[in-house]
Amino acid sequence: MANMELQWYHVLIPFLPLTGFIINILLGREVTRYKAHWFAVSSVFGSWLCALATLQDVLAGKIIDADLYTWIISGTFKVGVGFLIDPLTAVMLIVVTTCATLIHIYAIGYMHGDTGYYRFFAYLNLFTFCMLMLVMGNNFLQLYFGWEGVGLCSYFLIGYYFNKKSAADAGKKAFIVNRFGDFGFGIGVFMVFLTFGTLHYADVFANVNSIAGKTVDFLGFNVDLPTLIALLLFCGAVGKSAQIPLHVWLPDAMEGPTPVSALIHAATMVTAGVFLVARCNPIFNLSEIAMNTVAIIGALTMFFAATIAITQNDIKRIIAFSTCSHLGYMFLACGVGAYAAGIFHLYTHAFFKALLFLAAGSVIHAVHTNNIQFMGGLKKYMPITYAVFVIAGLSAGGFPGLSGFFSKDEIIWSAYASHSSVGKFVWILALAGAFFTPFYTFRLIFRTFFGEYRGGLAAEEAATHAHSSSHSSSHDSHSSGHDPHGHGSSSHGSGHDSHGGHGPHESPYIMTVPLMFLAIGAVAAGWVGIPPLLGGGNHFAHFLQPVVGHPEFHATHAEEWGVMILSTTIALIGLGLSAFMYLRKTDLPERISKQFSLLYKILYNKYYVDEFYNLTIVQPTLKLANKILVGFTDAKIIEGIVNGVPNLIGIFSQKLRRLQTGIAHHYAIFMAAGAVFIVALIILLS
Amino acid sequence: MEQVIMNNLNYPILSTVIFLPVLGALLILINKRSWETLTKWIALGTSILTFVASIPLFTHFDKTTHKMQFVERFSWIPNWNIYYFLGVDGISVLFILLSTLCAILCVLISWTAITNKIKEFYIAILLTTSFMIGVFCALDFFLFYLFWEAMLIPMFLIIGVWGGPNRVYAAIKFFLYTLVGSVLMLVGIIVLYLYSGKTFDILTMMTKHYPYTMQIWLFWAFFAAFAVKVPMWPVHTWLPDAHTEAPTAGSVILAAVLIKMGAYGFLRFSLPLLPEASKAMTPVMLTLSVIAIIYGAIICLGQTDLKRLIAYSSVSHMGFVTLGIFALNTQGVEGGILQMLNHGVVTGALFLSVGVVYERTHTRRIADYGGLATEMPIYSSFFMVFTLAAIGLPATNGFIGEFLILLGGFAANKWAGVLACTGIIIGAGYMLWLYQRVFFMEVNPKLHGLVDMNVRETIALLPMLILVFWIGVYPNSFLSFMHTSVQHLLERVNSGGMAQEAQIAKNIMEVIR
Repeated sequence: MANMELQWYHVLIPFLPLTGFIINILLGREVTRYKAHWFAVSSVFGSWLCALATLQDVLAGKIIDADLYTWIISGTFKVGVGFLIDPLTAVMLIVVTTCATLIHIYAIGYMHGDTGYYRFFAYLNLFTFCMLMLVMGNNFLQLYFGWEGVGLCSYFLIGYYFNKKSAADAGKKAFIVNRFGDFGFGIGVFMVFLTFGTLHYADVFANVNSIAGKTVDFLGFNVDLPTLIALLLFCGAVGKSAQIPLHVWLPDAMEGPTPVSALIHAATMVTAGVFLVARCNPIFNLSEIAMNTVAIIGALTMFFAATIAITQNDIKRIIAFSTCSHLGYMFLACGVGAYAAGIFHLYTHAFFKALLFLAAGSVIHAVHTNNIQFMGGLKKYMPITYAVFVIAGLSAGGFPGLSGFFSKDEIIWSAYASHSSVGKFVWILALAGAFFTPFYTFRLIFRTFFGEYRGGLAAEEAATHAHSSSHSSSHDSHSSGHDPHGHGSSSHGSGHDSHGGHGPHESPYIMTVPLMFLAIGAVAAGWVGIPPLLGGGNHFAHFLQPVVGHPEFHATHAEEWGVMILSTTIALIGLGLSAFMYLRKTDLPERISKQFSLLYKILYNKYYVDEFYNLTIVQPTLKLANKILVGFTDAKIIEGIVNGVPNLIGIFSQKLRRLQTGIAHHYAIFMAAGAVFIVALIILLS
Repeated sequence: MEQVIMNNLNYPILSTVIFLPVLGALLILINKRSWETLTKWIALGTSILTFVASIPLFTHFDKTTHKMQFVERFSWIPNWNIYYFLGVDGISVLFILLSTLCAILCVLISWTAITNKIKEFYIAILLTTSFMIGVFCALDFFLFYLFWEAMLIPMFLIIGVWGGPNRVYAAIKFFLYTLVGSVLMLVGIIVLYLYSGKTFDILTMMTKHYPYTMQIWLFWAFFAAFAVKVPMWPVHTWLPDAHTEAPTAGSVILAAVLIKMGAYGFLRFSLPLLPEASKAMTPVMLTLSVIAIIYGAIICLGQTDLKRLIAYSSVSHMGFVTLGIFALNTQGVEGGILQMLNHGVVTGALFLSVGVVYERTHTRRIADYGGLATEMPIYSSFFMVFTLAAIGLPATNGFIGEFLILLGGFAANKWAGVLACTGIIIGAGYMLWLYQRVFFMEVNPKLHGLVDMNVRETIALLPMLILVFWIGVYPNSFLSFMHTSVQHLLERVNSGGMAQEAQIAKNIMEVIR
């Protein structure tokens, strides 16, 4: 398999950002301070160059699988820190380093003047390191290392504005919800080791066929071994990629600064689950149940998240639900066996979704609120942001010719062509999703950039004051989610003096130039995967074929055309309806939400999943801790016995005192009896 | 003796390490009471010297043998066949280093925190250190028991004299709890002494075979002593009180070293002396371990006191240790030993950290904190690293230990492994919640103007920080000490010469079936 030695530039890919992190975390406070981005950006840019060199190697047919050193040895358990570089890794490397570089540069402008400037870049570097270790690892434990590492950075960066309770809460929530997924993932890793005696991908996948059809006793149930392992591993993917039922952390994660949302919660970290499934495709392929589970979970998440997105008013939360929904698409693809299509969508999604987030960040930078109800009319103030936002929206919505179109079409087509009942079911949901994406994306664009400017932060504050003085609302938590970025602009650098009162304006070039580069990606990145039907060669799928194989679809060209035209028409209808409702009949959305107020409420409150978890998991656990364990078991039962025994002894010894008669021969008798007892005991025991 | 390797250094290193602190204590004793600074410097100097003296144990240890090394053996009380018999193997050697390191940190952290009876305090710290090292070195059961009990006295005084408001209750509870357990162990030791031909030599005792029923009785007699020390559920309730009331140095000694002795006892005595009983009692021990993990973790969610929360988290973490030990496979036992070390480092460091902030605020209530990250950024970074190590994040030491334990536990018993994994979820919950309430959110007005850690405090925490990453990134520096000793131990437990490899193979077969 491996046909190339590990080169220095392969090793540098992850370790350059780690160096940047170490420099900034140690010296940031005193030395690098507002120059922290020098180290951060140059290290990530260096990684990008190394990743390009690595891509060259892989394109030349090279595969690298080598250990750096042995991490843990214990008995037969042995695992290293090492790299596996194959086409799948190469794709991920390009995605991660490209997005990371552009987003690091953007952050120079976005975070300008923030008191934690160096800390922000340090975490961003650390994240890049962990993500690269995750995708480059050659074994399950290193995957787990990267997995937890990116989760940690996500925790740090979501809670970056830690003085805010909502931000601290959101970070903690993300971490703990992910731990639920990792619970299954960890057990999956144990099962892999117990089954194969190793955690290295190459050895596991080489022997994977030996477990086909085997069953195993798991907690008293007799289950199919490949299904068990695949589903346990998938638990981790569900957590990390915010799929139902562990999707609840992602919307709250929008508390973090926008570059974080773009890098971690859109382009890279959340796609780790998809990467995991694609990487472990030999295991998943052995189990139909596991594959169907992946497809159905993906399709359901895609649909539910899309329906929530159409009712939200927080610009970042809308995009977050959109991310959730697109991740669902990727899983759906993996679940029908079209891993290459899933990874292709991961790749195009990274560009258009990062672009959507960063453009949204640019908007927030200008208007200082996340609530689209207080935006509007920004088209004339921020033309560049507007242009790239529309490009990203069209790409996300699957407008023909743009990146998102090719990948989404590939997925919908694969679902249709897989010819199973599950495939048909997810295909219908996928078509529905094709309607929603352009609908909510353009609702967002129309509300933000068209019409009249509705006042930004000032208007929002006025509204919340009026609101809370009339009646205390339970919905306050929804509107409080915006970035505190830019507040208290007195602490900002001189470039921001023009902020207050002069109306929104376009962001500086340091932010808009990365947007332009991402816009190129959102348009053209998908051109490497144009299907043969449209005259392309689908190079992307061929490139990945050695790793993920190629599904066997039997369908005619006519069907292929039909599916493509159908999904494109649906997408255009979504776009058109959005324009009709939010440009023409602008009173219509209000009327519809009144008409269907129950449905609207359910969607607006995200199907009440958070409330459900709070009632069924969080509160009972806390109650158990406080009322039962602290208040009863420990304090009453155990302590009762502990304190009770001495009390009993006290009573007993009062009686025993009477033995102390003070008469010598009584004592002699007791001693003799005692001695006889001990001797008897020894004889009996021996 | 073929079971031991005599000391290959040209001086008695173990005795040196044990008695250097005693010497320091004597020096302090003859020092004038008013020369307080000199007392502190003597304590610091002695503890540093002891640590330096213990370093050859790390560098000159022969990792290729399971035999006892650096052995010293002299007849002490010939009438009773009692020897002054010291030696270490891969199971005990690292704990000596942990103890000597810990002594330095305890002295550093008490520098300004202890203001009354300074002489007595440092004498107590040094004596505890000496006795603790003795416990890990002793290979004569009488000598072991002597150190084991002797250690209680200075510890009792540290809690009872320099502790918090409720210190007397906590000290007496600590003393009685451990004493009751120890007395039962004494009975066990005497029975072993009589049965094995009147010898207290642990290595000789190990060559004998004991009848099964007797093993069971002895197992529970030893259990009484060791389970209280660990502490295992449900004999853990002394720990929160003792930890909470003890002064910082006392909590650190308790957490880092003293409660390791219970787990060490299981490894040194219960498993090799009573292999059949240990195997037979595995279901009970695994159950108690899993209960400790989950119970200890959930109860942390209900705590309002910083030190009490960390104390209960110890119950949960030590549950992992006993789970690993009684998994009775290589990964479990090695993970268990490593986790003992990790817990010493991490929980020791957490108590040190709490001491740092307690000295400034004089409150342990979590509700009195908030926003500390704004006021003390360096301190909060340190605390964050220890928090992450406590919840077992990869690249920290906690991950390596927990992973190996869970892997071993899962291989031994799937239910135990799966249930123990839930402890990791809850663990993340209580530690991150604690961190949030203390360090994040709005700054509590009472905390305005707190100064960040000074150089002395930073030096006290830095070794722990380095160890967190050292063990996390390159655990083989430490795991390699254990391999042969653990292998030997497991061969003895899984008697009939069934090697560990065969056990794993059997487990794999069961899985695949």
